[in-house]
Amino acid sequence: MPVSDFQPVIGLEVHAQLLTQSKIFCGCSTAFGAEPNRNTCPVCLGMPGVLPVLNQRVAEFAVRTGLALECTIRPTSVWSRKNYFYPDLPKGYQITQFDQPICEHGRLVIDTPQGEKAIRILRIHMEEDAGKSVHDAGGGQSLVDLNRAGVPLLEIVSQPDLRDADEAVEYLKAMRDVLVYLGVNDGNLEEGSFRCDANVSVMPKGSTTFGQRCELKNLNSFRFLKQAIEYEIARQVDVIESGGKVVQETRLWDVNKGVTRSMRSKEEAHDYRYFPEPDLPPLHVSAEAIDAAAKALPELPRAKLQRFTSQYGLPAYDARILTAERPLADYFEACAGHYKDYKKLSNWFLGELMRLLKEEGTPLSALRFTPAQLGELLGAVDQGMVSANAGKDVLGEMFRTGKAPADIIAEKGLAQVSDTGAIEAVVDDILAKNAGEIEKYRAGKKQVFGFFVGQVMRAMKGKGNPALVNELLKKKLGD
Amino acid sequence: MALTLEQVRHVATLARLSLTPEEEQRFTTQLSAVLDAVEQLQSLDVEAVEPTSHATLTSSRLREDVTRPSLPPEKSLANAPAKSDTSFAVPKIIE
Repeated sequence: MPVSDFQPVIGLEVHAQLLTQSKIFCGCSTAFGAEPNRNTCPVCLGMPGVLPVLNQRVAEFAVRTGLALECTIRPTSVWSRKNYFYPDLPKGYQITQFDQPICEHGRLVIDTPQGEKAIRILRIHMEEDAGKSVHDAGGGQSLVDLNRAGVPLLEIVSQPDLRDADEAVEYLKAMRDVLVYLGVNDGNLEEGSFRCDANVSVMPKGSTTFGQRCELKNLNSFRFLKQAIEYEIARQVDVIESGGKVVQETRLWDVNKGVTRSMRSKEEAHDYRYFPEPDLPPLHVSAEAIDAAAKALPELPRAKLQRFTSQYGLPAYDARILTAERPLADYFEACAGHYKDYKKLSNWFLGELMRLLKEEGTPLSALRFTPAQLGELLGAVDQGMVSANAGKDVLGEMFRTGKAPADIIAEKGLAQVSDTGAIEAVVDDILAKNAGEIEKYRAGKKQVFGFFVGQVMRAMKGKGNPALVNELLKKKLGD
Repeated sequence: MALTLEQVRHVATLARLSLTPEEEQRFTTQLSAVLDAVEQLQSLDVEAVEPTSHATLTSSRLREDVTRPSLPPEKSLANAPAKSDTSFAVPKIIE
């Protein structure tokens, strides 16, 4: 059977670092990039006799995320120990949640070529991150940095509802957007604060029994997620086609070779012997706290996108870019209060504004001009006070200096000339100097018209009102 | 409930314990006796009783999300058998 006769089945496990100041069970900083082991203390080092105390913001973030993903919140959730040995796990166990996680039974809606699709969320639980190991240190050594040990994580596990690599990518993007909107995670795949493992299996089309699955790791970009899943689907189909059996195992995505390869692991590696964490009492979340969190939820990316298309009449493409990040969406809405041609406003956002932000590496929060000033500039362009091109220069200057558009137009002499008499004088002058070209034009070589426009605009340093220049040229040339 | 020698070896491996053959025998007997003692509880009717994971700690005490000073790295690393700058050094983990 060819690959197309097989149905892939995919589920994703997302690990999201929570944006807290301090670690989950101690007061050490969660700041990224500190000197190794600078942010460690007896609790996160696993010294004897210490006790963990839960950071309340971790619980708040978990509830907020669960509600945004339409989960049921468990009034009492229980901490467990997951036991394994690894040098970056100081205690020899990870404190996590096992049989009674804080959130269950949610969903996240994504777009597919066939329309909307709800991907079910099996569970969300809180846990502590492990430290970081560096293996290529030389001298037959690995180096361990425990700054990350004890950083709070949410693990979000989907049901195996995804059916191809593109759906998996859509799901992961939608998940990232939600978490970033909620302010619980920074969405950074490269730095590993937003990570993803994929469970992939294949079964013959029409079958209802899932095949044996493999877990893929090291998927630290959307592109790698897609490539790794597609590779793995083809590999599993090959194994089955050649009469073999897919073995349940963990496979690592090899970025350089573009393949997944088996991580050699001993059989008992997955025998974690979970048991209730004796050092932490069960976590109680009151109905009032859940209600309050539900009321405080921000508008989520998908709802905002739909509102941008309906309220502002924007194409889905524009709405998607404008709502990808909450600050940009907020800024657009602030500007929309000062300028009513929303599509034109969107064009300026998607074009000039985003180019400037990217080129100058400026965050939106550091913009020097106000939404009212941007509205003023676009109004000036509409009224022909400045050309659209000069308007871009004005925006650049506003961006750099924060000066008012009217002042910049005056200072730089960018005001567009819409005085018919002034334009006519230049048009007459150009025509007088180019008798030969006029002949050609009258003989039918109509493209010479563009030459005249160019000459007039150059003589006017680009400030002639283009509509008027065209109109006057046509009149003088006898069209 | 009698444990098998295999089960004892498995648990020992998970706990990174290396047992002599005599110890394996001895712990098989001892651990089986412990399990037997616990097994008596199975005869009780606990249908109406909530599973209790914690005997004493009933309410959760939480802390504010504020940072507190960490240890200086030289203290964190004071007991490390080997180190490199401020990292713990361990035998290479993956080949």
